[in-house]
Amino acid sequence: MSVKKHNFFRILFCVVLLMGLMIRPGVYAQTTDSTSTSTSATSNVASAGKDTSASAGKDTSAAAAPAAATSAVAPAATSSSTAAAPAEEVKKPIDPQVYINFFYYVLLFFLVCVVIGIIGKILRVYELTSTMQGKKGLNKNSVQGALFLVSLFVGLYGVYWSFEHHGGMAWHEAATEHGKRVDAMFIVTTVITTFVLVVMHIAMFSFAFIYRGKPKAKAYFYPHNNTIEKIWTIVPAIVLTILVLFGFFTWRSITNVPEDLQKSAMQVEVMGAQFQWTIRYAGRDNVVGKRNYKLTSTTNDMGIDFTDKASWDDIQGGEIVLPVNQPVRFHIISKDILHSFYIPYFRVQINAVPGMTNYFQFTPTITTQQMRDKLDDQNFNYTLLCAKICGAGHYNMQKNIRVVSEKEYKAWLAEQTYFYNDDMRKEFKMAQSTNNTNQTVLEGGVK
Amino acid sequence: MSQITLSHSEEHHEAHGHHHETFLSKYVFSQDHKMIAKQFLITGIIMGVFAMFLSVLFRLQLGWPDKDFPILETFLGKWAEGGRIKPEFFLSLVTIHGTIMVFFVLTAGLSGTFSNLLIPYQLGARDMASPFMNMLSYWFFLTACVIMIGSFFVESGPAAAGWTIYPPLSAVPTAISGSGLGMTLWLTSMTLFIASQVLGGINYISTVLNMRTKGMDFWKMPLTIWAFFLTAITGLLSFPVLVSAVVLLIFDRSFGTSFYLSDLVVQGQILPNEGGSPILFEHLFWFLGHPEVYIVLMPALGLTSEVISTNSRKPIFGYHAMVYSLIGITVLSFIVWGHHMFVTGMNPFLGGVFMITTLIIAVPSAVKSFNYLATLWRGNIRFTPAMMFAIGMVSFFISGGLTGIYLGNSSLDINLHDTYFVVAHFHLVMGSASIFGMLCGVYHWYPKMFGRLMDERLGYLHFWVTFIGAYLVFFPMHFMGIDGVPRRYYAFTEFPFMAKWLTVNTFITWAAIFAALGQVAFLVNFFGSIRWGKKAPQNPWGSNTLEWTTPVKHIHGNWPGEIPTVHRWPYDYSKPGHEEDFIPQTVPFSATMSSNLPHDFEGNPEAERLQKEWEVQNKPEEQKDLKG
Ligand code: HEM
Ligand SMILES: [Cu+2]
Ligand SMILES: [Cu+2]
Repeated sequence: MSVKKHNFFRILFCVVLLMGLMIRPGVYAQTTDSTSTSTSATSNVASAGKDTSASAGKDTSAAAAPAAATSAVAPAATSSSTAAAPAEEVKKPIDPQVYINFFYYVLLFFLVCVVIGIIGKILRVYELTSTMQGKKGLNKNSVQGALFLVSLFVGLYGVYWSFEHHGGMAWHEAATEHGKRVDAMFIVTTVITTFVLVVMHIAMFSFAFIYRGKPKAKAYFYPHNNTIEKIWTIVPAIVLTILVLFGFFTWRSITNVPEDLQKSAMQVEVMGAQFQWTIRYAGRDNVVGKRNYKLTSTTNDMGIDFTDKASWDDIQGGEIVLPVNQPVRFHIISKDILHSFYIPYFRVQINAVPGMTNYFQFTPTITTQQMRDKLDDQNFNYTLLCAKICGAGHYNMQKNIRVVSEKEYKAWLAEQTYFYNDDMRKEFKMAQSTNNTNQTVLEGGVK
Repeated sequence: MSQITLSHSEEHHEAHGHHHETFLSKYVFSQDHKMIAKQFLITGIIMGVFAMFLSVLFRLQLGWPDKDFPILETFLGKWAEGGRIKPEFFLSLVTIHGTIMVFFVLTAGLSGTFSNLLIPYQLGARDMASPFMNMLSYWFFLTACVIMIGSFFVESGPAAAGWTIYPPLSAVPTAISGSGLGMTLWLTSMTLFIASQVLGGINYISTVLNMRTKGMDFWKMPLTIWAFFLTAITGLLSFPVLVSAVVLLIFDRSFGTSFYLSDLVVQGQILPNEGGSPILFEHLFWFLGHPEVYIVLMPALGLTSEVISTNSRKPIFGYHAMVYSLIGITVLSFIVWGHHMFVTGMNPFLGGVFMITTLIIAVPSAVKSFNYLATLWRGNIRFTPAMMFAIGMVSFFISGGLTGIYLGNSSLDINLHDTYFVVAHFHLVMGSASIFGMLCGVYHWYPKMFGRLMDERLGYLHFWVTFIGAYLVFFPMHFMGIDGVPRRYYAFTEFPFMAKWLTVNTFITWAAIFAALGQVAFLVNFFGSIRWGKKAPQNPWGSNTLEWTTPVKHIHGNWPGEIPTVHRWPYDYSKPGHEEDFIPQTVPFSATMSSNLPHDFEGNPEAERLQKEWEVQNKPEEQKDLKG
């Protein structure tokens, strides 16, 4: 009896809720129309004057401080805040409609809960009546076991679908020499792991279904079997050993470049900073000149030490341009905090660490144009990303990379400017001649 | 030992009863392991809900990067001006989400709850070795929680350098505003947290070593206890290293030292620090950090072993192998930390070595998964909600563990490091698997904690929503990572190649909201059942372990009379020859002559002789079937 009463109230409640929700579409139309919201907002300034002025004082002072600190950053935020900050001092108050909409979502969720509750009750009533009538009713083990079986099939299909769909979106050919070896290993690993994933799940969920509990059944007492256990210790061990050896030698071949090849490769220095990359080509001598972070200034962003003559021919690259099929050795440094030099298409990543230089040597094998043709996307570009959290602009720290023919590369390089330009030269000469003490300090600081 | 505690507790019960207990001493400053377990659990659940809420907030940003959510401004204020979360605040959300989930929910909430609850119960002890330290452990933890959440209320915002707080970002407030007061609070909170863990860990270890009841030798301990024991050892050895890392960071931040800092020009300002290295911090951090993921995972493995065995009505397959794998994982977990640092500039040869150790650790993990499957095989499986979560846990453990083979391989890690592939990997193997282990434990031991049963239907609903939701959220992330989408990105709008993932991201956010709302089923069930749940019988699951021999109503000292003696291992389920499908650990072999196996008497000729005699008299024809 009491159960029925309960349900009655719930249904009543639902009806009320539904009625409430019917009003919603009209309300919604208002909010989607942005002009109408803004006008209503301005009128609200007047109507809700008391409560805005209280909060506005706080808000403006709070907003001012961080805005100054992070003015260099905040790309999205600045655009929205400039738009939102017209001549008037008072900040835009929050439209009450916002609360109402939010409230409707809460109600909607509540409604869903109630519906689920009712379904639960119906199921229980069904179960009770069927057991009263002496029927077997729904056995929870059978139901859940069957659900596991269903989820197995749905899951397997989902994995297949995801591999095909998302895999197709995700997978792209490596555009470097070592990248091809990495990819071969990736594929081998994927085959093995997918096989294990599928087999283990088929086993587990079908066991769950087949051996679902039955009142009269008894489980098979089987505490251990040393042979089986040995087999499934040794087989993974062997498979993993193969993967380890494969991986180890690939890793060594990538990271352990013989000295003469290191020297003969083209040298490029890349410096990460909040939130941009600076590129320095080594120039004719193929030696990257020394730098000392203490020399950093507004004109000398990298802190290049021009007492080292090797730096005089160093060239600043607006983007990274690489000749195809030529080994290039990147020197990765950081101006401020950790960044990560990451080029997904090249299978290249190494962190930029302040206080030390990291190296990554590789050979691009596919020019940008070739890749565009392959991908059938004429807007495609290789990009350098930052993969180590570095602050507010981390998500947008990019540099374009072009892989071109040797000829194009030469032509491009000729157009780039030296770091040691006329201004720098003057500045440097002046510092050298007028301030001798400073000069000695400089040299002492050079490592 | 047991004599002393016994008389102590009897005196307590017979003579004093409850009249000493005030509200404060019973619910707040409790020194009783059962109450402390509940305190840890409820605090953990609250923190978990909070961290989940944070994840939904930043998922909103990732799902709809171009949309305003004006409601956000109402409760985030300047951090979401115009209804759009700011980039720095996004990073704060991610950071605090990760920190709370890993440390506060899955370390303290998981170990704290179940080690406290089950170590004394399953070992047959009256309480922890040091109840007072146990209480301190909780209070340190709670203080740490309050400070961590409190950091949301400081002007410059909470810590935002990622849960790994790598310096220099975490050391230089000009680099990111969260590294101001917010980071100080983070560091303070973590220091208190570690104090709590150490106090707890010492207690767990000494209890396991010293306070086992008569007959409870190491090889009769349930796998839960093995897991908690090894977890505590791991924590005790690794957490202090994090303290040292944190203290040095505090020095760098506040006293001008240069442990981690060198050659910095931040926001145009040349800093004087020279000679330090951020790599040092990374080593120290991951020396804790990697064991930490096993600290998170091993209790979950222990809990599910117990639950799967009980509900399959079968002994856990390969008990010894399970223990040895846990030991193997414990030992190996200390020599694999470098796999987080393959591309940091650590010596590449060292990277190669860490790759080898890392892939070795996959072997014990594989053995464990196979043993789980073998336990299910030919069982008589009862799908209680706890069992559902245990099966889900194994599923996540497998699918998340397999992607570890990619990341442990330094050559593959080049392209996957710090991408969404990593996010997918650790959410499956550490996040989802451990959360499922924890929930499995909650559903299974709820009757022991609260004397009532949770509602099964809501449990099933909760399971399916969470299980499906978690896969929908995390599976697609693998592919984003393979494509090269880095993690901790505020928006995927700036790079053309990421644009194609926008629909996937929107989908993931919907799935996350779906899964998050599904947790309401759990919260209602959990808190509702405390009051309105069905009264639990003493041993609702037909379980063998000692905790089910205690009365339903909690009493100080756990057992009203003498502590029971243990005669057998905890996994005698469905033993042939015994009419019931379980034999509690307290039942002596002399009471189960019809089901004893020769294997049961290893090393005891007297018992073997008695058994032989009995068999000759009673059932000579069955003797040839009895094999170990
Ligand atoms: C409600 C379910 C959850 C969702 C939707 C979720 C989502 C996410 C996402 C998308 C990220 C990456 C953000 C980014 O890199 O930009 C993240 C980070 C993280 N999550 Fe979760 N997560 C959930 C639960 C968990 C759980 C249970 C754990 C426990 C291990 C966890 C631990 C972490 C950690 C450690 C990070 C890394 C934080 C960092 O990068 O500093 N999360 N979460
Ligand atoms: Cu970055
Ligand atoms: Cu690790």
